[in-house]
Order: sequence, then structure tokens, then C-alpha cells
Amino acid sequence: MKLGFSPEDETFRAECATWLQAQMAGPFADIKGIPNLVTKVERRKEWEQQLAAHKWSCIGWPEEWGGRNATLAQQVIFAEEYARAGAPGRINHIGVELAGPTILAFGTEEQKARFLPGIAAGTQIWCQGYSEPNAGSDLANVRTKARLEGNEWVVNGQKVWTSLAHFSDWIFVVARSVEGSKGPKGLTFLMMELNQPGIEVRPIRQINGDAEFNETFFTDARCPADSLIGEPGDGWRVAMGLLAFERGVSTLAQQMGFRNELDGIIAAAKANGMAKNAVIRQRIAKAEIGLRLMRYGALRMLSNTDLTAIDGAALTYKIQWATWRRDLGELAMDVLGQAGEIADGEHYEWSMLPNLFLFSRSDTIYGGTNQIQRNLIAERGLGLPREPRGDL
Amino acid sequence: MEFVFTEEQTMIAETVRGFFVENASSERTRKAMEGEGIDRALWSAFCTELCLSGIGVPEEMGGAGLGLLELAIVAESAGAQVAAIPLLGHAMVARALVAGGSAQQQAHYLPRLIAGEMIAAYAAAPAVEDKDGAINAVAQFVAHGAAADLFLVASGDRAWMVERGAEGVMVEGHVTMDQTRPLATLTLSGATGELLADGAAGVAAAEQAGWLVLSAEALGAAQQALDTTVAYAKERVQFGRAIGSFQAYKHRLADIMVAIEQARSAVYWAGCAVDEGSDEATLALHAAKAFCGDTAFMAAGNMVQLHGGIGFTWEHDAHLYFKRARSILSMLGSSDWHRQQIAGAILGDAA
Repeated sequence: MKLGFSPEDETFRAECATWLQAQMAGPFADIKGIPNLVTKVERRKEWEQQLAAHKWSCIGWPEEWGGRNATLAQQVIFAEEYARAGAPGRINHIGVELAGPTILAFGTEEQKARFLPGIAAGTQIWCQGYSEPNAGSDLANVRTKARLEGNEWVVNGQKVWTSLAHFSDWIFVVARSVEGSKGPKGLTFLMMELNQPGIEVRPIRQINGDAEFNETFFTDARCPADSLIGEPGDGWRVAMGLLAFERGVSTLAQQMGFRNELDGIIAAAKANGMAKNAVIRQRIAKAEIGLRLMRYGALRMLSNTDLTAIDGAALTYKIQWATWRRDLGELAMDVLGQAGEIADGEHYEWSMLPNLFLFSRSDTIYGGTNQIQRNLIAERGLGLPREPRGDL
Repeated sequence: MEFVFTEEQTMIAETVRGFFVENASSERTRKAMEGEGIDRALWSAFCTELCLSGIGVPEEMGGAGLGLLELAIVAESAGAQVAAIPLLGHAMVARALVAGGSAQQQAHYLPRLIAGEMIAAYAAAPAVEDKDGAINAVAQFVAHGAAADLFLVASGDRAWMVERGAEGVMVEGHVTMDQTRPLATLTLSGATGELLADGAAGVAAAEQAGWLVLSAEALGAAQQALDTTVAYAKERVQFGRAIGSFQAYKHRLADIMVAIEQARSAVYWAGCAVDEGSDEATLALHAAKAFCGDTAFMAAGNMVQLHGGIGFTWEHDAHLYFKRARSILSMLGSSDWHRQQIAGAILGDAA
């Protein structure tokens, strides 16, 4: 058991750190350190194309599809250095981390050739259509319908919490394609072009005033018959495979962002004297401990090669970070005091820490609420009996 | 990326786990609680049959080599069974000798400690008066002090080896809440002691070992408290259902597992950080002691609560875990104190 990385990996770290820092100090200094995903979108697309031009866009992918075939350790290192350099969150996170790997794992050769180059190049932005007004954590309750008409799928229904749909080119949709089917059976996983008459994207203004999420309406929206991944009715398996990608190496990058937020709190506390308050000192120490333990938990999770065993570190990671970050937001406000209640400008604009406080209320909801996470942990991790269900 | 056990570490973990599960049974622990709080046969087997008392001591000093991570693996399994053994004092004093003892001190004491012929205890004294080797001091709350043959009396950056049999050594054992590790008061009145060659290094090494052993014990105890409660949740039926199917119940167990996974990361992080000489080692040890102590107490408190009435009885083992966890919280710095050290490093002085 070792904390560190190999000398070869550290050489790789130096290589990517040098490049990333030069970019953020030079041509892309104007987008360094942006805390949300909705500011300067066009510049950020240019940044992602710059990444692609230097083969940094999706380093874990095979070389034939624009990647570097990077090892897991290298992916971790790149993610860490990316965040450390202050490079902004990836607009095409869904494309690179979720859609691409799903197409690589489950797609046909034609689909790989059709989609992967655009995702790798940063010219094809993706979002995901999972949740619905009545199917959030209960994803199997999806009601959006897809029916095959000739050589096209015709889709009707509504998705919600489609992050960044208003900036995206493609969406993958989990829809019910078997009439009368229930639960996880009868779902189909479709890839659809967003810019078409049958799809309407309406940004949803969130608790912090930004609109990162959308509701997306499908009214006889269409895609070619071969736009599905896997088989018709097999969408649940694909969707679950995709969720597995979500707990990948991006966790380490996420933690670098958390590090910046905690450092912001520490700086604020030193500046306004709260750093001398005994209770605040305890809470900052707790936050520091929590952050470190997340890092080593993630390293345990990523070092684990026994994929057949239930991995406690992986199973508990979501609730751990979401709860930690929500608490961090509350700590930020207690450190700032009433100064944290004053917006940055004329508009409802928030600097990093008040924005953290507001935005982090979503962390314990999306991607499986804390309550759903506890059920998963109790049932899968501890083998406890399932809660009796009302509808199945 | 190799932040997982090696094959050797997995083997040690399995061996030690098996040893303590088989031998540190509830019956034997309770028998030890009636007496001096040590299962002498268990400690002797640990030292001479399992040969793990030399972990953390270099082979050239007669030890088993290996590092603090392996020591943590051992302490985790011992903690899981609330084993009544003097591992804490043993590890602290042995590590102090390794780091701060002269060659002669090492040669004199380490073989006997490793063979289980001497039981060692760490005794922190606020003030020590040393008149040419005649020592006056009082050390309170010495773990397993009444049974110890050798004390490491530590004060600031100095430490003395004092043997139980020396003149002027008085030990008063106490009835302690956690009967598996009773406390004692050590009083030295002109007692003969020998300065540890490098007291500062010795005390620092003893503290490192102590914090890590307690953290790992806490991890093991928390995991066992959870496992026992989960087993009960599956078999106990109320209102026509296994109680483990109720959300109010299962969510509490899930929260314990979340904390334990973090505690596990903390212990292995701290062990590796010390072994690798990382500059994060001190931070990691403070983090581990604070987080693991809190986690063990939370898990053991829930163990009592979630067992209902039976969990409150002397007959059930829940109270052994509850009391051990409570004692870990107090020993070698409270969770608040350890977090204060971290806050000091991040934020500077409070004043």
C-alpha cells in the first residue's frame, strides 16, 4: 500500500501541469477559475477544442479515437493538475465522461465512427436525459415514450434537470419503448440531436439565480432507427453501465475544486478575524479532515482492482462528498456573516462562497438523493432487506 | 496507484483477524476484565506464537520489521474484538526505544518486550524532577499501568525508562470504566530511572504509534459494532418485518458505514504517511485520531441503541465496545484537541 505515484507518473504529472498552467496563464487566462458552468460558454468551447488539438481532451480513450490510452493513474493525475491549474469545468463533461465511454463500451463500430471524433474534438456537446418530473431518484418510473415508425424513432414526453441542454448539440434519452411495460423493463436508450423542431429546451432558474439545468420537451421528436445503444428495451442495462462511469476519475478533479472552495473559506476567515473563533476553527479542521479522507477514499476506490467485490469506498462516496460540500457551504456563510448575504452586482450574482452555499443544496439531490444513497448502502453494502415498495 | 493492501498485508490482516476472532472471545475478555484487564495467555500467544509483537521494530534490533501500516492492521483486528492485551503501551514504548533509545537501551529492553516477557506502559507526567537519576514524578491515567513491568515516563522532550521493581515506584490501579484497559496512577519518589538517549525523538515516535494504534483499534471496533448490529437487524422481527427493512433503522446503519469507510481511509493514510516519511504524517495522525475516535463512539452508541433493551445489558457485548470507544476518545488527546492541532497548522495561532 502506497500513497504516492510512480516516478514515470510524476514525469507525466510535470508534463501536463506545465502545459495546463501555461494555457491558464496565457491564452485562456480570461476563463481561469470560473466557478459555474454557464459563464463564457463560447470561450470555454474554444478551450475544449484547444485541449483536443493537443490530445488532452479525453486521454483515457483509445488512441484511434483521439485519446492517449492513458492509465487510470495518469487520468487521475491529469484530472488533479487540470483542477489545480484553475482550468474551468468542462462544458462537455457529459460527452467525454459519460456518452463517449458508453458508446465505446456498448456502441456499434458505425456509432463510434459517427460520434466519438466530434466528442473528442470538443465540437459536439452532450447532455443527458434521464430524470423526469415523476422519475427522479425512481428512474425506473420513466414515462417518456419512444415508438418506431418506419426507419425513425418518434419520442414524446418530458425530461427535467437536463444540465447544460441549452448549450448542447446531442442528448441521450432513456425512453419507454414497450407499450404497457413497467419499471426497468421496456426502456430504450436513444441518442438524439437536440436542434430539431420536436425538441424544446427551457432553462430552469435555480436557487442561486443561474440556469444550468433545463426542462426538455419532446413532441414527436425524431431520430434514425439506428440511434439506439444496445437493443430496444435494453436501455436500463445501458443506463446503469453509464452511471458506473460517473464515479470514475473525475472525483479527484472535483476534489481540487473543493480544495479551492475550502481555501477560499480559510482566506475569508483569516481576513475577517473568524479564524480566531474556536468553534469556526473546529469546523474548518473538520472540513480539512473530510476533504483529505475523500481523497484517500477515492484513491482506495480507484486502486481497487477486484471489481467483483462490493467496494465500500465507492458505494459511500456520493453521500460523503455531497454532505461534506453542503456542510462546507454552511460553514462559508457562518464565516462570512452578513457580508455573505450581499450579492456581487446589480443582478443576482454571487461570488464563489455564497454561490457554493446555494448551489450545494443540489449536491444532496442530483445523482441519487442522500436518502436513496442510504438505501443503496444499506441494501447493497450491508445486505439489509429492501424497503417494501408500493407500486411493483 | 497502489493504495490497496499488498498480498503480504492481506495475509497479515487475515491471519491476525483469525487469531483474535478465535482467541479473544467474549468469555476470555470478560475473564480478563475481572482481573488486571489483560488476557496473559492471549498476549503471550500473540508475542511468541504469532510473532507479531516485533512489528514496527527493525529486524536488526530483533524485531519483525515492517511498518506502522502493519501495526495498524494488527491493532484494527485487536480492536475489533476489544482484545484485553497491552498492545498500546507495548507499541508506544517499543517505537520510542527504536527512535530514541541508545544501542544499549535497545539491546536491553527490546528483546524482552518482543518476547512478551515485559509489559510496557506509557506514562505521561506533567512535571518530572530528576536528581542524578533519582526521579520524582506523578503520572495519571496510565493504561495497563498496574500490570506493567516497564514504564516510559515522558515529559516534554525528555523520557525515562523506569522499571516496576525499582525502589520508589508506586502504582495504584483504578477500577476503570473500560475494564479491558484499566488505568493506574504511577508515583515515583526518588525512583531509579534512566534517561532515554534521545527523548524528543522517543516521545514523538511513541505518540505517533499511540495515535495510530488507537485510531486503528477504533476502526476495528466501529466495524465490528456495525457488523454485529447488521446481523441483529436481519434476524430481529418486529411488526412482522425484519427491523433492518425499516428506513429509520437502515439509514442509521448506512451512515455508520459511510463514516467507517472514511475512518478506514484515515488509518491507512496515516500508516502509509508515517512509513513513507511524508510531510503529511502529523496531519494524517491528528485526522485519524479525531475521526476514528468519533466514528467508533458513534458506531458503538448506535450499537447499544439499535439493539434495544438487550443492548443495555451487561450480558451483551455492546457495552464493551461502547466503553472502549469512550476511552479511546479521551486517551492521547481528545478529538477536539487533535482538530485544534490541525486548525493551528492551517489557520495559525488562535490568540
